[in-house]
Amino acid sequence: MTPISITKENFAQLVEGAETPVLVDFWAPWCGYCRRIAPVVDQLAQQYDGQLVVGKVNVDEQPELEERFQVEIIPTLLLFRDGKAGEPLVNPGSKAQIVDWAGL
Amino acid sequence: MAERHYDVAVIGGGPAGYTAALYCARSGLTVAVLEKLSAGGQMATTDWVENYPGFDEGINGFELAQQMERQARRFGAESIYGEVTEAELSVSPKRMVSSEGVITADAVILATGAYPRELGLPDEGALRGRGVAYCATCDGMFYKGKTVVVAGGGNTAVEDALYLSKLCRKVYLVHRRDRLRAPASSRQTLEGNGVEILWNTRITGLRREKTLTGVELEDVASGARRELACDGLFVAVGRVPDTALFAGQVEMDGAGYLKADESTRTSVPGVFAAGDVRTKAVRQVVTAAADGAVAAHFAEEYLLALREGAEPL
Repeated sequence: MTPISITKENFAQLVEGAETPVLVDFWAPWCGYCRRIAPVVDQLAQQYDGQLVVGKVNVDEQPELEERFQVEIIPTLLLFRDGKAGEPLVNPGSKAQIVDWAGL
Repeated sequence: MAERHYDVAVIGGGPAGYTAALYCARSGLTVAVLEKLSAGGQMATTDWVENYPGFDEGINGFELAQQMERQARRFGAESIYGEVTEAELSVSPKRMVSSEGVITADAVILATGAYPRELGLPDEGALRGRGVAYCATCDGMFYKGKTVVVAGGGNTAVEDALYLSKLCRKVYLVHRRDRLRAPASSRQTLEGNGVEILWNTRITGLRREKTLTGVELEDVASGARRELACDGLFVAVGRVPDTALFAGQVEMDGAGYLKADESTRTSVPGVFAAGDVRTKAVRQVVTAAADGAVAAHFAEEYLLALREGAEPL
């Protein structure tokens, strides 16, 4: 599956109501590091299809979600299990780091 | 995960690595690029590459990297987004352990590049991304309208300071010497753009709350100390080759660059060094790409000799 776009309107349904863990990538189009991790985030969405949902929050368009989860730096990744966010991962330097952090 | 074997493994997916992969694949060799994050390396963090021939208006570094990856893939090169944690280069076949499994190959092209040098100050690591940055074009936007310090006195420091002067309220350039290691016109350009240069000054400490709040400065001549409040510190004090993994296996110079001449052959048969990681005079995207083509050529020659049972060069 390709990553889904998360907004304040669909957050409750797609993230809080999800039956699998949800990895959410907070990003913005102007952020170079966000572009660099994007291919890996896309790949994780396919590789772990069925075990994990991958979503993306564009912080320019979703300031409410950015504020609610206190995202100060992008890219920040959050992993939601049963609707609750764990420790954030800020600007990962490798795919391996994301896989370790997410416990995949 | 199963072991996978290729004719050639390329470690590092910057312009050197993907050019090597393109040339290997076009020669009919099986080739995989092992890249820990995504294509492009240092180039991917360059906002606008203006000196790579063929792009007359310039091109975004990340986009150029994506194109290089796609081009190599069109001829059959694979990308593995894996971090290499072990490399045994003197055995046959050569063996790499990565976060995506074990990869073996008859020839290996090392194209791991270089990363920015740290100042080595306490809390520097903890403040990374919280006021301390190493790439002005990547992180500059976070400091729009703020006060920043650039550390360094070479070309990168000058370019970073100029880039930031267009975004930030105030830019200081802190340099431990009394002149820049950059073209003579740089000083005038910097001052013309409102950059204040603090000569003969080094940064001795970082002040912080949750994020960076300032830097501690020392006058190199008098030893006088003071503090300068700032929101961001951009460190541009050179680069370090990413070669720790190959220590003790491949010959290096004193700075850790892999010793190889224009043939890209290293001290280990069947192991080639391409791009910024190699001992060379000019480190540019175009010279990295050139190294990739040369490494692919000599890797192919090595494989031919290996398969004919001849003593490889």
